[in-house]
Amino acid sequence: MVGKIVIDKELCKGCALCVSACPQKLIVVAEEINSKGYHPAEFVDSKGVCTGCTLCALTCPEVAIEVFREEKT
Amino acid sequence: MMKVVFERPKSMFPVPTHYCPGCGHGIVHRLLAEVIDEFGIRERVVGVAPVGCAVLIYNYINCDMYEAAHGRAPAIATGCKRVHPDLILFTYQGDGDLASIGTAEIVHAANRGENITVLFLNNAVYGMTGGQMAPTTILGQKTTTSPFGRSPKREGYPIRIAEMLATLEGATYIARVAVHNPRAIIAAKKALKKAFEVQINGLGFSLVEFLSPCPTGWGMPPAEATKWVEEKMIPSFPLGEFKVPKSEKSVK
Amino acid sequence: MGEKVLITGNEAIGEAAIRAGCRFFFGYPITPQNKIPEYLSYRLPQVGGCFVQAESEIAAIYMVFGAAGAGARVLTSSSGPGISLKQEGISYISAAELPCVIVNVMRGGPGLGGILPSQSDYFQATKGGGHGDYHLLVLAPSTVQETVNLVMDAFDLADKYCNPVMVLADGYIGQMMEPVEFKEKPPKELPTKDWAVTGAKNRPRNLIKSLYLNPEELEQHNLKLHRKYVEMAENEVRVETYLTDDAEILIAAYGTVARIAKTAIKILREKGIKVGMVRPITVFPFPYEAFAKISEEVDDILVVEMSLGQMIEDVKLGVCGRAKVHFYGRVGGMVPTYDEIVREIEKIKRSRVL
Repeated sequence: MVGKIVIDKELCKGCALCVSACPQKLIVVAEEINSKGYHPAEFVDSKGVCTGCTLCALTCPEVAIEVFREEKT
Repeated sequence: MMKVVFERPKSMFPVPTHYCPGCGHGIVHRLLAEVIDEFGIRERVVGVAPVGCAVLIYNYINCDMYEAAHGRAPAIATGCKRVHPDLILFTYQGDGDLASIGTAEIVHAANRGENITVLFLNNAVYGMTGGQMAPTTILGQKTTTSPFGRSPKREGYPIRIAEMLATLEGATYIARVAVHNPRAIIAAKKALKKAFEVQINGLGFSLVEFLSPCPTGWGMPPAEATKWVEEKMIPSFPLGEFKVPKSEKSVK
Repeated sequence: MGEKVLITGNEAIGEAAIRAGCRFFFGYPITPQNKIPEYLSYRLPQVGGCFVQAESEIAAIYMVFGAAGAGARVLTSSSGPGISLKQEGISYISAAELPCVIVNVMRGGPGLGGILPSQSDYFQATKGGGHGDYHLLVLAPSTVQETVNLVMDAFDLADKYCNPVMVLADGYIGQMMEPVEFKEKPPKELPTKDWAVTGAKNRPRNLIKSLYLNPEELEQHNLKLHRKYVEMAENEVRVETYLTDDAEILIAAYGTVARIAKTAIKILREKGIKVGMVRPITVFPFPYEAFAKISEEVDDILVVEMSLGQMIEDVKLGVCGRAKVHFYGRVGGMVPTYDEIVREIEKIKRSRVL
């Protein structure tokens, strides 16, 4: 995989803006709830297609998403 | 080897915020902290917090700060900047703070060409107090104090702050941006960076108006709120740069 | 130094501030104190200071908030209606524990009122004015020289207590010309302003605020403010007693009225009536003890004010029923003459004899 994201479940308020932002639809709203009662966003990339484009993190109002990308060699 | 390409800016405290899900404040706070980090000015920055949802901005941004009375942030910033001209002053204000009670203070700070940067968050409603009409509420918009929808005869027209302030010779950089999608957010950050550049270079008064969703105030879920910014707010509040520095030089 | 200059009260206020190290003034024109901003508009740049004529008294008081929070000595001035506008800001400054000096050159009120002098802002100055449990330290000068001395002291007191200090003058003091000496004051040892907003370099950031959403915290904060006022009452009371040792009737007056009363006292003593005066110089903290003591020696106290009776309430609190408290006042810009005061005292003397 070229990219991946880590979502802080406890900072997330389930606004789902990242879900709309992801061009590859790799983010879903989880079934579980966090300690505040929100359904946090969840990164689901079984095929490893995330490019680390950061569109999700850009739109996250909670700064709950960290984005990682492969170093170009 | 994976390296981090997006993380929390250093100037932001690592704490959850009190803002509603999908609120634009979180995005604008982050852009502000990123710009502060990128210019390396955290130790020179002084902020002035408003009365409104963002009164607690001082819990999120790590720099010297004042908590202002409603509408008076530009006056407080003026007082501080006159004492310490080397510090970088920003005010952060909402619709009520800047466009209602604080109209005199923002006009005159801009008119005097005070070398400060104003972040004006326009979400067409009074968020903190429960969704009342703001001077920026658009025609037809229903709020708790315009239950029949804003009409020119009853409530007057929405105020276009960016255009109004751009008529003042004392204002150096005035821009309106939005934070309803990633593309808009990237453009918003560019404008904010330019605004701070203007102050760092001593070129005068800068203001960036951010069109921002208020899901709770508007009574709609976050995704719908971002659409409302696009379809309803932008036609009333066009995006763009309304005033730019005469020299149009940017700092490295 | 001994050099005397002939100067108006308003200009003297401006110059005294500069001699006290004040380099920032934010204000707005209003009669009868316009000479203060006018004087400072050219004098401050001369000493490398900063003068801003704000868009309103409201904007001005918040510029004071900003400058005071940045650690500077700062002055604002106004008169009745403008001081009313500043009240929210004064409450904020008190709550945030910032030092500053506010001058009120009182004029006739209420509302737009008139431009001639009065003392009708006593309640506003001493009982609050703005919202919440706070107090200003209030100094009431009587002559232009005393105004200079008190303005200079005001900056020290403000820094000592981290509290706004008000100098309560009136349109007479502001506009009259008297010879004044600007004496060099020995520098006082005052607390450092490490709470000031100066950029968070090599220290945790500073926050100037007044919001305490937690009620337990807010109560503690209020108690902290209250302790300052108790300390002020213990250490900062200033009062002048004039010919009180053998007095049979007492006058209570402050500011310009006290000067007029001194002339009345001279005339009365020539007529054989022994009158003395207690002149509060701090009206907050009020010299209750001075009145408590003196009311054990006299049976009648005449309070004279350019109002319909404001300081009289504090006099009564100090007297606590030990003597009869009478009142004479003129309002609207009218000033009591020494003749009128003499007549009032003679009335009191006659009523005692009967």
